[in-house]
Amino acid sequence: MHDFLAMGGYAMYVWPAYAVFFIVLAWDWIAPALRRRELLNELRGRMAREQLRRQRAAQSNTQQEGASA
Amino acid sequence: MNIIPLWLHKLSSPPVFYRFAGALRPWFLWSALILGAAALYGGLVLAPPDYQQGDAFRIIFIHVPCAWMSLFAYFCMAVAALVAMVWRIKLAEVIAMECAPIGAAFTLITLITGSLWGKPMWGTWWTWDARLTSELVLLFLYLGVIGLFNAIEDRRRGARAASLLALVGIVNLPIVHYSVLWWNTLHQGQTVNLIGQSKIAPAMLWPLLLMVLATHLYFVASLLARARVGLLAVEGGKQWARELIAEKADA
Repeated sequence: MHDFLAMGGYAMYVWPAYAVFFIVLAWDWIAPALRRRELLNELRGRMAREQLRRQRAAQSNTQQEGASA
Repeated sequence: MNIIPLWLHKLSSPPVFYRFAGALRPWFLWSALILGAAALYGGLVLAPPDYQQGDAFRIIFIHVPCAWMSLFAYFCMAVAALVAMVWRIKLAEVIAMECAPIGAAFTLITLITGSLWGKPMWGTWWTWDARLTSELVLLFLYLGVIGLFNAIEDRRRGARAASLLALVGIVNLPIVHYSVLWWNTLHQGQTVNLIGQSKIAPAMLWPLLLMVLATHLYFVASLLARARVGLLAVEGGKQWARELIAEKADA
């Protein structure tokens, strides 16, 4: 096991290379997942605001109808 | 003959592709992880040390597959960019733009691992020779495409402008590939030859080829995941996206 980690004296080059490989690809995988979560929250918020606006418009319509009657 | 275009036409519809990509993505990811793990075991444990380079040569198992992927991702991006420019298909625009960050990631890995390999073998982290310089230009091309796409507010116009840049930059691909043949360079020549005899022992070759396969599968998995997000960003206001979001909110 010690021999394996030592990499014949090249450990300080081989292991950082593999670390870079995994770190960069992990970032590549995580970045769009974060972007997706952000985007879904934004779209959900926009839909909720539209819903609210529609409800308010419907309410003020019924109130106006009640006042004119 | 009519069946194929019809099938393709259906697949290029954003809601269909969104679901299709979501179903395929785990298969590509898991096969990439399993094959990648086997390749790492073969490369780091089973393969014998190189008679000249000792154990430092083991960097090859990530450096070469990533270098191939840096070119392959650019090729995919350029094909999607061409389709986006000619037929203005929304999905092609999204795919072209989502190839760029993956390609940039592989190019970055290639440059850093190459540097870490160059130091013990050549005695220098970096040298301005043809192979290294053209690979660095490849990274700048990817960053240029990403930057141009993000600089234009309208996503579709931004994607088409960046697609044009991607198509112009394709001249760099043969330069990267043939640089070791055209110029005298410190970088070693081709080791793996797909058509003829490879200059590498079988115990070293199979982990390398397995890793090449694993990185290709990973590229597809990452592209599918990114294309889903990209489609949602472009089509966020459309009915299918609203239904999808409403469904997710209930669950």
